[in-house]
Amino acid sequence: MHPFLICATCSEPSAIMCAASPILSLQHVHYHWQGRASFALDIPEFAVDPSESVLLLGESGSGKSTLLSLICGTITARSGSVVVAGTDIVSLSAGKRDRFRAEQIGLIFQQFNLLPYASVLDNILLPLRFAPLRRARVPSPRDTARMLCLNLGLPEDAITAQAGTLSVGQQQRVAAARALIGAPPLIIADEPTSALDAATQTTFLDLLFAQTRACGSTLLMVSHDARLAEHFDRVVQLSDVTLPQQTAA
Amino acid sequence: MMLRLCLGSLMARALTVAMTIVAIALSVALFLGVEKVRTGAKASFADTISGTDLIVGARSGSVQLLLYSVFRIGNATNNLTWASYQDIAARPEVDWIVPISLGDSHRQFRVMGTSTAFFERYKYRAGQSLAVEKGAIMDDLFDTVIGADVAATLSYAVGDPIVVAHGLASFVEHEDQPFRVSGILEKTGTPVDRTVIVSLEAIEAIHVDWQSGAKIPGQSTPADVIRQMELEPIAVTAALVGVKSRLQVFGLQRAINEYPQEPLLAILPGVALQELWQIVGIAETALIAVSAMVVVTALIGMMATIFSSLNERRREMAIFRAMGARPRVILSLLVLEAALMAALGAVIGLALLYAGLFVAQPLVDATFGLWLPIEPPSLREFWVLLGVVAAGAIVSLVPAFRAYRMSLADGMMVRI
Repeated sequence: MHPFLICATCSEPSAIMCAASPILSLQHVHYHWQGRASFALDIPEFAVDPSESVLLLGESGSGKSTLLSLICGTITARSGSVVVAGTDIVSLSAGKRDRFRAEQIGLIFQQFNLLPYASVLDNILLPLRFAPLRRARVPSPRDTARMLCLNLGLPEDAITAQAGTLSVGQQQRVAAARALIGAPPLIIADEPTSALDAATQTTFLDLLFAQTRACGSTLLMVSHDARLAEHFDRVVQLSDVTLPQQTAA
Repeated sequence: MMLRLCLGSLMARALTVAMTIVAIALSVALFLGVEKVRTGAKASFADTISGTDLIVGARSGSVQLLLYSVFRIGNATNNLTWASYQDIAARPEVDWIVPISLGDSHRQFRVMGTSTAFFERYKYRAGQSLAVEKGAIMDDLFDTVIGADVAATLSYAVGDPIVVAHGLASFVEHEDQPFRVSGILEKTGTPVDRTVIVSLEAIEAIHVDWQSGAKIPGQSTPADVIRQMELEPIAVTAALVGVKSRLQVFGLQRAINEYPQEPLLAILPGVALQELWQIVGIAETALIAVSAMVVVTALIGMMATIFSSLNERRREMAIFRAMGARPRVILSLLVLEAALMAALGAVIGLALLYAGLFVAQPLVDATFGLWLPIEPPSLREFWVLLGVVAAGAIVSLVPAFRAYRMSLADGMMVRI
C-alpha cells in the first residue's frame, strides 16, 4: 500500500533506495502562502521512481516554484507528506531539512546559479560543505570536480576561473557539475535551459542526462518548454497532478 | 573554504569595502594616536621631576607647592626661612638639598635662584639630567643659564647681557646689575625650558639696594662691592630634598610637616603630580570619549554599507540556501565579513599610527617637548584593536539578522 516502504536491505533510510520504492513521493500535499488565501497548491499524489528522468511541464505562475520549494524543504506543506529518498521531510525540523537538502538533492536553477566571485572549483564544492555524508562519498573532491567539468565539456582551465567570467552556457555546466558532485539521489533542475540558445540547450541536456545516468541519480526537470519532452522518460503536466485552484474562500 | 568565499565576496565589492576599511583604519589610528598623546603627555607630566624625594616649602597645599616650585605657576604665599632650610639640611636623613628662590622675572620668563647642585640633582624623564647645549654652567655671581625656550623665544646667545625685572610683570628692573648668559640648556620638555637660572647669591645681590620690595632711592652699590659682601639669603621659596635611604622619606616628611619653629610642608613629588593630573585628567577623558565616538561612527558606517549591500546579495544568499546552508550560515557569513573588515581596518590603522609616529615623533618632541615613545603595541592597545573587531562583529549583527530573516523568507527562490 505504501510504495515508499523502507527496504530491509538498506541500512540507512536516507541512503539511495532500492529500485522498487520511489525516490520522490508527494501525498495529499496542501500548501498556501500565509495571508494569501487566493493561491494554494494541492497535490493528491505525485511520485518519481529512482533513475527515472521526468519533465514537469507547467506555465509560469502554475506553482512550479512552490512545488520545488516544497520538495527541497525551504517551505513546508500545511498537510500531507513529502517523502524524498525514504524520509518524510515535512516532519523534519528546519535545520534538519537544510542538511537533508544538501545531502539528497542537487539543484540547478534557471540562471545566476553560481557565486560569481568564487572560483569554479569552490562553486562546485560548495554543497559538500553542508553535506558531510555526500562529502564522504567523494574521496577526492578536487579530482571529482575536475572530472565532472571534463565530462560536461568545460575547458581544462575553467576550473580555476572566476565563475562570473564564464559564458552563461558554461555557467550552467558548472551548476550541473555542482548538482552532480557526490551523486545525490535526486537532481532537480528549474528551467536550466531557458537562458541558453537552441543548440546549446541540446548539448547541455545531453551532457546532463549522461552524467545523471552515470551518477545513478534521478532527474526531475521543471520547464514550460514542451519541446524538451523527447529527451525524457516521462512527461507530466503540472495541471494533471494538482487539483484545480480553489477560489478564495 | 567559507573564509575564502567571504574574502571573494569582499573582493568583488572592492571599492565600497576599501572605503569602509579606510574609514575604520583612520578612526582606529586616531583613537590610538590620541591614546599615545595622552599617555605620552601623562608620562611627560609625571617625568617633569624625578629623583627628588621631597619638595619642601612654606605650608600651603601640596598641589600649590608643586605648581610654583616645579611648574613655576602661581606664587608662594610664604617663604622658607634660611634657618629652617639649614636645619633641614643638617638632618641626618638628608643626602642633598637644593634651594629654589623665585620671585623675579625676565620678560615673560621666571628667574630662579638656586645652587649649582640643581644641575646635577634635578632629573626628568626617568633620571635624565639637564645638559648644557651651549656655553657652561654659571661660575660668576652675575652669570645666568637659560632654558631652551628662553633662548629660542628671545634669541639669546651665550655672552648676551640680560636685565632681570623685580617681581613678575613689573616695570622695575634690576638694571644696576645686568647678567651675562653663560650657558643655554638643551630642551627638556619641562618648565626648566622656560626658566632663567641664576645663583642664589645673585638673587641676594640684585636686592642689595632694595628694601621691602622697593628700591632705596639714590642708592646703588657697585658690582665689585657686592662681590665682597656676604650674600646669605634670609629665606628661599622652596627646596628639593634627596634622602639617603628611601625608607626615610616618610619619617623626614613627617618631621618637616611637624617642624615646630615654622609651619612647613613637605610633599612627595610623585603623589602631588598624581593629584594634579587628576585635575588635568578631565580633559583627557573628554579626548578619549571623542575619539571613541569616531570609531563608533566608522563602525556604524560599515553597518550601513552592509545593509545597503543586502538587497543586491539576495541571490547570493539564495544560492547558499539552495546548497543546504542554514539561515544561520548566512548570518555568520555576514558577521565574519564585518569582522574581517574591522580586523583589516584595525591592522591598517595600527600601521598608520606607527607611520605617523615615525614622522611626528621628532617634531612633537621639538615643538611641545612631548616624547611619544615608539614601542610595540601595548596590551591595552591590543585590547582596543580586539575591541574594534568585536564591536564590528556585534554591530554587523543588525544587518545580519535582517539577512537571516530575508533568507528564511526567500528560501532558494529569489525573483528579482
